[in-house]
Amino acid sequence: MRNLPDTAVITDTKQARIQGGVQQSVQHESARRHVSGEALFTDDRAQPTGTLYAYVGLATITRGKILSMDLSEVKAAEGVVSVITLDDIPGHRDIGPVFPGDPVFADGEVLFHGQPLFAVAAANQNQARRAARLAKVDYEPWPADLTIEQGLAQQSFVRPSHTQQRGNAAAAISKAARRLNNQLYIGGQEQMYLEGQVSLACPDEEGGITLYTSNQNPTEVQKLIAEVLAIPISMVTVDMRRMGGGFGGKETNANQWAVIASVLARKTGRAVKIRLARADDITVTGKRHHFLSEYDVGFDDLGRIEGLEMSLSAGCGFSPDLSDAIVDRAMFHSDNAYFLPAAKITGHRVKTNTVSNTAFRGFGGPQGMLAIEGVIDDIARAVRRDPLDVRKDNLYGPEGDRDTTHYGQKIERHILPGLIEQLEHSSHYRQRRQEIIDFNRSQPILRKGIALTPVKFGISFTVQHLNQAGALIHVYTDGSIQLNHGGTEMGQGLFTKVAQIVASVFQVDMDRILPTATRTDKVPNTSPTAASSGTDLNGMAARNAAETIKQRLIDFAAEHFQTSAEQVQFHNNRVVIGEAADLSFGELAQLAYLHRISLSATGYYRTPKIYYDRDQAHGRPFFYYANGAAVSEVLVDTLTGEYRVTRADILQDVGQSLNPALDIGQIEGAYIQGMGWLTTEELVWGDDGRLQTNSPASYKIPAIGDTPAEFNVALLADSPNVEATIFHSKAVGEPPLMLGISVWSALRDAIASLADYRISPRLDTPATPERVLKAICTLQQPFDRQEDSHAND
Amino acid sequence: MIELLLNGEPLQIDNVDPNCTLLDFLRDQLHQTGTKEGCASGDCGACTVAVGELDGALDEECIHYKSINACITPLANVHGKHLVTVEGLKQGQQLHAAQQAMVDCHGSQCGFCTPGFVMSLFVLGREQAGPPERHTIEAALGGNLCRCTGYRPIVDAAVQMFDPARQADSDPFQEKETQWVKALQGMNRTDEVQLKGEGRQYFAPDSSSRVSQLLREYPEARLVAGATDLALELTQQLREIDTLIYTGRVKQMTAIRETDSHLSIGAAASYSQFGPALTALYPHCGELLERLGSRQIRNQGTLGGNIGNASPIGDMPPLLLALDASLRLRCDDQLRELPLEQFFLGYKQTALQTGEFIEQVLVPKPAPDDCLRVYKVSKRFEDDISSTCGAFWLRLEPHEQVPEQQVVTQVRVAFGGMDAIPRRAHACEQALLGQPLNDNVIAAAMTALARDFTPISDFRASSDYRLKVSQNLLKRLQLELGNDSLLTRVNQHA
Repeated sequence: MRNLPDTAVITDTKQARIQGGVQQSVQHESARRHVSGEALFTDDRAQPTGTLYAYVGLATITRGKILSMDLSEVKAAEGVVSVITLDDIPGHRDIGPVFPGDPVFADGEVLFHGQPLFAVAAANQNQARRAARLAKVDYEPWPADLTIEQGLAQQSFVRPSHTQQRGNAAAAISKAARRLNNQLYIGGQEQMYLEGQVSLACPDEEGGITLYTSNQNPTEVQKLIAEVLAIPISMVTVDMRRMGGGFGGKETNANQWAVIASVLARKTGRAVKIRLARADDITVTGKRHHFLSEYDVGFDDLGRIEGLEMSLSAGCGFSPDLSDAIVDRAMFHSDNAYFLPAAKITGHRVKTNTVSNTAFRGFGGPQGMLAIEGVIDDIARAVRRDPLDVRKDNLYGPEGDRDTTHYGQKIERHILPGLIEQLEHSSHYRQRRQEIIDFNRSQPILRKGIALTPVKFGISFTVQHLNQAGALIHVYTDGSIQLNHGGTEMGQGLFTKVAQIVASVFQVDMDRILPTATRTDKVPNTSPTAASSGTDLNGMAARNAAETIKQRLIDFAAEHFQTSAEQVQFHNNRVVIGEAADLSFGELAQLAYLHRISLSATGYYRTPKIYYDRDQAHGRPFFYYANGAAVSEVLVDTLTGEYRVTRADILQDVGQSLNPALDIGQIEGAYIQGMGWLTTEELVWGDDGRLQTNSPASYKIPAIGDTPAEFNVALLADSPNVEATIFHSKAVGEPPLMLGISVWSALRDAIASLADYRISPRLDTPATPERVLKAICTLQQPFDRQEDSHAND
Repeated sequence: MIELLLNGEPLQIDNVDPNCTLLDFLRDQLHQTGTKEGCASGDCGACTVAVGELDGALDEECIHYKSINACITPLANVHGKHLVTVEGLKQGQQLHAAQQAMVDCHGSQCGFCTPGFVMSLFVLGREQAGPPERHTIEAALGGNLCRCTGYRPIVDAAVQMFDPARQADSDPFQEKETQWVKALQGMNRTDEVQLKGEGRQYFAPDSSSRVSQLLREYPEARLVAGATDLALELTQQLREIDTLIYTGRVKQMTAIRETDSHLSIGAAASYSQFGPALTALYPHCGELLERLGSRQIRNQGTLGGNIGNASPIGDMPPLLLALDASLRLRCDDQLRELPLEQFFLGYKQTALQTGEFIEQVLVPKPAPDDCLRVYKVSKRFEDDISSTCGAFWLRLEPHEQVPEQQVVTQVRVAFGGMDAIPRRAHACEQALLGQPLNDNVIAAAMTALARDFTPISDFRASSDYRLKVSQNLLKRLQLELGNDSLLTRVNQHA
């Protein structure tokens, strides 16, 4: 550079601090581009000349042998340029992320209804879609297991079962004064990201691929493309600017489409885009696991648990995918916030001939938590106490050796007792409880219910090596900054928060920092953006990178101006070097450049303290816990089972919030998503194994009218994370999803009012109006018989 | 050729496949990618655009904007209209108030649904003089799904966009309106419009007789109005329809007229167009009309379409059967009137003969003592298809011998979602007729209903639930007609 840029920065001199530092509620970095339509998603990118459109041909049976596959009509169809099957794949044919089992295309055998058999590339999207429907396939159908019960009966598992155990649960249960057992079916959930699966693969001259995609795990798809093409990982570059929602559905399930586009791109030498139509997207991608939970619990007359045996059987679909870790996380959360003196938790990974279920916000945690919250409600009815009191009495606490989980992690900070107390008061729980009892006595048709449920969610990947992150920061000679890290932006505000962190380190306004697309050629070997860890990991790595450059600038300035490092102060877009100089950040950067100081640095972070011995099911898998609680109130129509959530009050511990507005946005959105999971979002498969609820016409996520009219969300004040997390914040992505459990519990409360709160109605999820009405009808049977079947002590 | 204004600029389109949707045209041919595809079935609202029209009946000087789903709109349906997309709102660097409010309220997270919300907010902003009630916001945005925010900040934005501080310095929608009105007036508004391309054709005739003539000429042609159902054949089943005949410009088919005895609704009138007139006569239709589809669907979908596709789960037929509506059918110059009850023959089968189409729907006006209730039950309140939909029309009059007792002297009960066609529940009606609405009579009517229907099980609801709820709706009817003070519906008391 011969001519240097202007470093003058126009800053508001009245401004006392930088704009957009940590703890400020700045808008999402893309907000203005979102609202104007200028934010580019993968399908919006200008694409190379000659780009082809790929589509997949899908199996039309659930399970069986492929006797023959005649693709002649596909190949002859208008616009078709290329057709590939498994035989056209040069390298690995299996793209299972952890364990094998996920072939790119069906390998002689159909594993679920809708499994991709082949792919076609054509001149446009319509031609590709039409051609993909023209295959003539002969099958020999085989019997299929569609339900968890069927898979269990066959002892058919995708991975071995696993047990976490403390003490002798069976003995504790039989010794206890009271005992209950019950079961609960917990439905799955479609991620329903608004932007469907999409990838654009561009062939590179060296024989590699540059991929533009919507994917939570650029490194993994990079590796898989390399393996499938039998080329080194270094020849694949993945570029991921933003997703239109991910929610776990693009952690592994975005890979297959990227791989297919890449194979076709290498085969044709042309760029290939693949974008799944919504009905196919919902059919061929995995969902939140459905579970069957069964429990046997012993407790005292006040409802304090003495022993719990619980089995959690997850419907995994046809392959392992991430199910091992997902069921582990369900088991890790089967205590939720409650001390289990003796416990035996068994997790089964049941194989079914359905799409392979995958990550979804919470990653098994929600199902484990729902199961134990159901147990607590059942206990409360049995001992005839307000469920909130039973919850409080069962919480982990610092006294009486009630502070260790069934997997051996000590609860070091007891945040929930105080948090619940605070929410109980701010939501006027007790007063409303009484009003609801009065209302229910006066109304024959409509019933109200209320519930407060807590959340304690473990933060860290339970697969230890994933708890690392990298970042790359460039400072340019005008003082502008490019920021890159391994995390992906899917709407959660990660790019915003990390930019705030870097702005705070350099003490410059956030608009000086450009967050750039996640790219495997900038930061390699990254982890998926998942497990609520995005900010914890990448924020730390970015801070480390920024601190490295900042230290170089300090050392340079101290030497250059002949003063001490302590005299170099970064504040509000300026750098004051003792009495010697007062420079803008850009002026210092330029001066440093002229004196040959590197202005680019990488940063790296790994989470400390965590370890876990899975064989012993013992250790400290989580760096810390995120906590929260919600009170939901519902109004139920006992004639139709229809209901409304009329009010929600939430208090969530996010530590020292990096951005309160974004955190509240995560909490509200997660609560509504959790509510949807447990209420209207119903996945229904036909007897033929075909998913029938495969579009937003049939699969109903919450709409705007489902948001409670009264919706009070607060962040727990003065609660910095005691662990050394990024600016003492806490993760917020997943934990609040489980606040939605309070809606389900409130529905059960409203229904239980019909039996004077003496019976705990079974209410499988999603608690559609139909299931609610079914529970109501069960309670309207004579009470005596009911009670026998529920209280068998 | 068709012509329109796109974000204020005239645009002529020719030689484009008439099966092309407005969304695909915007994204693939104009490369305007702000409008998103979320589902291509009109269920998520990510593709929402605003369409402005001169409303001849109201005011020729103003452009009236409404939100529609571009993904299920045949391109040529926007002929002669002002199409506003998300790209058309920002003026220079200045955001429109709807956009600014969304930014300020943190209304976007992933941003994919955001352009659709912005367009629905834009329309809301033009409909309302000041900050709307929550209910109005929900009605305007019920067809826009967001998976990230939980909607609270979007509700806030819908209020804050009316804040004077957020208004842009210049509003082209006011400043240029006169110019745009002139441009729209200059577009072909009377003669037949055609779009041809890829060997397929689209006709937009202006009279019923021309529709007939075209149907004779092209027996395989499909009539299209709002296309909310037909477009799914294009986007989901990938059908190719060679000839489309658009009925939205036919005066006889869009007019809404009231006579002494009837409300006559043109078959191609949208829900938004005929809804107010129907609700004025029958206020108890209001909830059904708000829960039928979404605002975008109600702006596009038509009464003739809802009846003509003969779906077992259409929401208007049960109501219209209970109201004893009839259809005016046309074939060439032959007009006949057919009671709606005789129209549905079997699953997706109707009494329409070759070349015949629904021109108008005739709804009798109410008598003072008529009682009407319509109950829709679905998994989700907004934009969902009914598990069951029951409509109850009855007249209560004093008993001849016991004048202090009110008895049912006339009754029509009809259900959708309970059989292969929407139809009357005659056994149930018989159980009610001549009886007071007491517990025993309702119990008998509930039992009778089980003789009327053996509903199917599907992903929306089981057979048992459909029947049980439909029976329980009779209890709700009894309670609502007997005691005003009881709470009977959860969505009235949120």
